Amino acid sequence: MNTEIFGTILMYGIVVLLAIPLGRYIGKIFTNQPTWLDKIFNPVDNLFYKICGIDISKEMTWKQHLLALLTINAAWFVLSMLVLTNMSWLPLNPDGNPSMSADLAFNTSISFVVNTNLQHYSGETGISYLGQLILMLWQFVSAATGIAICAVVFMAMKERTTKTLGNFYFYFVRTCTRILFPIAVAVASILSFSGTPMTFEGKDTITTLQGDTLQVSRGPVAAFVAIKHLGTNGGGFYGANSAHPLENPTYLTNITEMVAQMLIPIAMIFALGFVIKRRTLSWMIFGVMSFGFLLLTIPTVISEINGNPKIAEMGIAQPLGSMEGKEVRIGAAASAYWSITTTVISTGSVNSMHDSYTPLSGMNQMLGMMINCFYGGVGVGILNFYIFIILAVFISGLMVGRTPEFLGKKIEAKEMKIAMLIALLHPFLILSATAIASSLYAGNPEAYSGWLANPGFHGFSEMLYEFTSSAANNGSGFEGLGDNTLFWNIACGLVMLLARFLPIVGPVAIAGILGSKKYIPESNGTLKTDTATFGLMVFAVIAIVAALAFFPALTLGPIAEYFSIY
Amino acid sequence: MKSNILPAIKLTLVCLVFFCGIYSLIIFGVAQFSPNNGKGEIITQNGKTFYSNIAQSFTADKYFWSRPSAVAYNAAGSAGSNKGPSNPDYLAEVQARIDTFLVHNPGVEKSEIPSDLVTASGSGLDPHISVQAANVQLKRIAKSRGITEADIQQLILSNIEKPLLGMFGPERINVLQLNIALDNLK
Repeated sequence: MNTEIFGTILMYGIVVLLAIPLGRYIGKIFTNQPTWLDKIFNPVDNLFYKICGIDISKEMTWKQHLLALLTINAAWFVLSMLVLTNMSWLPLNPDGNPSMSADLAFNTSISFVVNTNLQHYSGETGISYLGQLILMLWQFVSAATGIAICAVVFMAMKERTTKTLGNFYFYFVRTCTRILFPIAVAVASILSFSGTPMTFEGKDTITTLQGDTLQVSRGPVAAFVAIKHLGTNGGGFYGANSAHPLENPTYLTNITEMVAQMLIPIAMIFALGFVIKRRTLSWMIFGVMSFGFLLLTIPTVISEINGNPKIAEMGIAQPLGSMEGKEVRIGAAASAYWSITTTVISTGSVNSMHDSYTPLSGMNQMLGMMINCFYGGVGVGILNFYIFIILAVFISGLMVGRTPEFLGKKIEAKEMKIAMLIALLHPFLILSATAIASSLYAGNPEAYSGWLANPGFHGFSEMLYEFTSSAANNGSGFEGLGDNTLFWNIACGLVMLLARFLPIVGPVAIAGILGSKKYIPESNGTLKTDTATFGLMVFAVIAIVAALAFFPALTLGPIAEYFSIY
Repeated sequence: MKSNILPAIKLTLVCLVFFCGIYSLIIFGVAQFSPNNGKGEIITQNGKTFYSNIAQSFTADKYFWSRPSAVAYNAAGSAGSNKGPSNPDYLAEVQARIDTFLVHNPGVEKSEIPSDLVTASGSGLDPHISVQAANVQLKRIAKSRGITEADIQQLILSNIEKPLLGMFGPERINVLQLNIALDNLK
């Protein structure tokens, strides 16, 4: 068991060690400083700009940035719908898988374009290789969308007064080619050499040692799984996601995939400090996020190592901990660690089935998504955190009687209104959607009997988890939920759409408005935001606004289940 | 809006070529140097080919059993059971697996059965079991094959896959490889 704990510590250590230099590199990419990869990527980028007729010297205001972002996302959605509803006759379909129905394609297209990767289909039977490759494209560009728009906010936070914040396409293309692409190639190569398939051949049929016939799904898995993690997307090539022994064959690939998904979210924190030249602010943010992360991770790891009390009652041994839905090569500790990482940073890939976790572990997974800013998804995690910083600045400014200023810009009523709306949108979407689903189910449990795989409190948790995951851009699930129905496809699709773009629009608007305000140099009257005290303040605001809003719902689900079995 | 539409469509198409096409081909090229050219790691035994990372169903007493699978070991439709820890149907299912195991393994105490042998894996295709899960099946195999327990114990020991660098992750045993070694004993 000790070796399992060491494994989780190793994974965290590698991430932090790599994230600091990567953050510096990302900062250089945003501010257009020379790097050693320029020789390769300058010609590539220029080719992109030339073919697309993009003039990168044209600076954009925050509104123009959002317009460019929304337009290109709309184009992706249209292309995605076209491919997913016509896969059956298009090429690269060796297994003869069918096209998606319109509602499933709607859900899947939104899901991948907005970086959520909720999957109401199963990879082996529900999609062709062409479909997988198109989804892989969204995994690249949706991640780059988040990072690029985060770069815009960074530019607005600099010590100056400006209306224009660089060019959206410039940040977007550079993020794709210079950050995501090279790391994805490295990760995919490691996976490929560790036994993850990368082939365009269809299913193989073999005879087992005992003489049964067995079909094995293959495909271009390594390329897909690399960017799936790197871009905090999380959509699996196979139905079982990274629990599948071909998608995640060894402990080494488990470490690789874990590091890949956590790397950029943490590196972005350090990139912020590099771009606006405030390293201590980065460390404050990193400190608060890491504290929250550990607060969720440690109890979850302990709970899973201790096992399921109901199984213990049967009188058998649980030397490996709770093993339902987990894989032996990964083990309970690394599975529990992954389950919290994937929910706090909005990846949503799983290496074990969250539905089968002990109740409080399931609650911590949901809390990770409800708070949604302990690291958070690539780019957007910082945007979510930015909202809480604005709230904390305002509240603590009022408490100590100082003008609420952040980075030399005065925060006024308009910014506060936007921040509060965005902060409340998340619980509103999750709780109202769950309420609608629950009342439908409660009104006619027989008509909706296909929805829930588990009775009682846990069944409620399945519905709550699905909408939490949709709203948090996460994409993992309590997969017992029978979710490929018209209701779940449309409802989750709409929640994902609103929960992606409004939390991008809000912070960009605030940053844009603040950026154009007069810069006030720091004085004795300024509230210092890069201190531990202020970090504590931010943490308190997160705990009150984000976590407490969900407490009643959690009481009905995982907390009630906990008291029913312990 | 208008000035964004054309660049958006063009950029989408360029990204399509670069990230679906060129990126996939690069990784496909790299995979040609990897084990079995990126078609999944295999082992061959008496002319038969098996995927070493994919669990197989073993029901005969003479073989070590894999972990239970929620999808009947269907490697073209992976999934876990997704049963919650308090679900009464699920708990009854685990109890039934314990009872079946005890019937097939006389002389084994209930407290010796490790939970990985009676709980379904996440993928339904977990190729591994714990060392304890192999040891607890030792008597049954020795009896049904007429081999001494010491020989099988030796076989189990030599098939343990150690943690990464001896320090990170769990110890485990690949059931398929162990069973192949068992068949080769004679």
